[in-house]
Amino acid sequence: MSLSIVKRKPLPGWVKLLIPLGAILVALLFSAIPIVIARGALFKSYYYLFYGALGTRYNLLETFVKASPLILTGLSVSFAFRARFWNIGAEGQLLAGATVAAWIGIYFVGIPSFLLLPLTIIGGFVAGGFWAFVPAALKTKLKVDDVVSTLLLNYVMIHIMGTLLFGPMQQPGSSWPRSPAILDAAQYPVLIPRSRFHLGIPLALLAVLIIWFINDRTVFGYRSKAVGVNIRAANFGGINTNSVIICTALISGGLAGLAGVGEVCAIQYKLIMDISPGYGYTGIVIAMLGNLHPLGAMFSAFFLSIINVGAQTMSRMTGVPVYIVGVIEAVSLIIMLIFLLFTEYRLRWERK
Amino acid sequence: MISDIFNLAFLTGLIGATLRMATPIIFATLGEIISERSGVLNLGIEGTMLMGAMTGFLVTLITGSQWLGVFTAAIAGILLGLLMAFLAVYLGLSQHVSGLGITLFATGLSMFIYRLKVGSPTVPPTVDPFKKVVIPVLSDIPVIGSSIFSSYLLTYIAIILIPLVSLLLYKTKVGLKIRTVGANPFAADTVGVNVNLLRTLCLMTGGALMAIGGSFLTLAHQNMFLIDVVGGRGWIAIAMTIFGNWDPVKGAAGALIFGVLDGFQLRLQALGFRIPFHIFLMIPYLITIVALVSVSRKATVPASLLKPYRREEKGS
Repeated sequence: MSLSIVKRKPLPGWVKLLIPLGAILVALLFSAIPIVIARGALFKSYYYLFYGALGTRYNLLETFVKASPLILTGLSVSFAFRARFWNIGAEGQLLAGATVAAWIGIYFVGIPSFLLLPLTIIGGFVAGGFWAFVPAALKTKLKVDDVVSTLLLNYVMIHIMGTLLFGPMQQPGSSWPRSPAILDAAQYPVLIPRSRFHLGIPLALLAVLIIWFINDRTVFGYRSKAVGVNIRAANFGGINTNSVIICTALISGGLAGLAGVGEVCAIQYKLIMDISPGYGYTGIVIAMLGNLHPLGAMFSAFFLSIINVGAQTMSRMTGVPVYIVGVIEAVSLIIMLIFLLFTEYRLRWERK
Repeated sequence: MISDIFNLAFLTGLIGATLRMATPIIFATLGEIISERSGVLNLGIEGTMLMGAMTGFLVTLITGSQWLGVFTAAIAGILLGLLMAFLAVYLGLSQHVSGLGITLFATGLSMFIYRLKVGSPTVPPTVDPFKKVVIPVLSDIPVIGSSIFSSYLLTYIAIILIPLVSLLLYKTKVGLKIRTVGANPFAADTVGVNVNLLRTLCLMTGGALMAIGGSFLTLAHQNMFLIDVVGGRGWIAIAMTIFGNWDPVKGAAGALIFGVLDGFQLRLQALGFRIPFHIFLMIPYLITIVALVSVSRKATVPASLLKPYRREEKGS
């Protein structure tokens, strides 16, 4: 007897909606193991994980704050993956966006203040887009593997930031790698008093709607999908696949760049080396959990935001280290992958 | 100023620093080459190295034995390799995404376990690191004697492993099987090689090497565990694998080039030069991207890299 994996008949569409929920549930169940090992009381831990994120007004709004970059990087990765542009570089694109946003926000002193914020946002979008354009051009023109090139460009960007922050963009008189503060006019306005709920949050939600529209209602969205499903067929069908991949990359990188703008203009008000705790990589988890759909990305970004914010409270109340979040994230991703596999395949016992 | 740079003491220091910076990359690159030659891209490398760094450190902290630390790190690496094999070989999931999943998992788990055992003291705990092993007679040679021949034992092991892995891949029966499984698993299957088992063994071996490379970082290079101790060295190893055309000797040569650049900026900083060291750190990545362009033209990639092996899907 041996096990093998064989194709199965297509499952009904609603299964696709249940799968991410199932994956999250299983991941949360699995996280009971590290919680127990950390001697956290199970019920109490789960309670504070969610209470900490949703239970008080301030924390609920913080969950939105944390969700904003995650929605954007999640969208960025989903949009790219949908066209099979394997963008592992959202982190670098986020940093590119943050760097240019900081540059505009700090040094564009002379321009009218009402223009400064729009310019900062556009600058960040373009910078992120450019940083995704590079690997897309390498892929389409020179057939360079996009996974490795986007991954490497993340580190190139980190070192560009380092060069700037220890050099021309360093705050005068400081020996730390940090820039001066951005101008007040370049800050995202806070929309709800006594919180950090800022303009970037509705912007991120707007981005969800726009990407949804592009995917479902535009010719470009259709072409981008066709390239992802079967690039050769798309080519035969008369689609200029290279230009589709490049445009996809520009938008994908731009979205990640916007996440960087938000961190500079609404959270730190300056550029620092650790402006992102890995939002770009978390974007990959979000995209996969969200089935590469913009709405899916939004919901899974909120889920990850909840456990990120909630884990702080859980850790304080039960002593379970906050790093459990990383474990839950990774386990949800792995379970999701396995679940997705079994929507297409099934196990079969074979007699030898 | 210039005479400060190009004197013997600087050269000695540079060679020493080069070897020290290159050691973890050599281990990891050899591990990645073995995995990829069998047909599996293991992007779990960055997390596996961190897991090795954490495990090696923690076990040494508790038991006082560095070698027990390295050994346990290797076991942890083997387990992560096994997990990768389960996902990417047996289930045939996307190698990219499962590898990234393993990196995220191992990163989260490493930090979780470290925090659990150590807590968050203001001064991170340290261990007694490995001592350098001075080889008699040879270490009396000027310049290279006090740099190359008084290194860490793990560095010697890394250097000896380069020709050994090369021999394994090119001169042994197992090596031939590994390369066949990576290039044409259907042919290998026809002549009775258990494709999935061999890939699993390669991932386990590779995982062990990656984790040992990681443990060098906390037991020799430094003597403490910091969150960013690996700092992208796993991705450098992926880059060196490609840069070296999946050949152990060339890959290790790439790791040494990386070591020279890293060692050079470290020595300059040690001499008190205020240099934009980030530019030096950027160079290996840029070189690799250029190398990627030339590799993509030559197409020496193991032909079945990224493809899961399912016997019944030969036609697809």
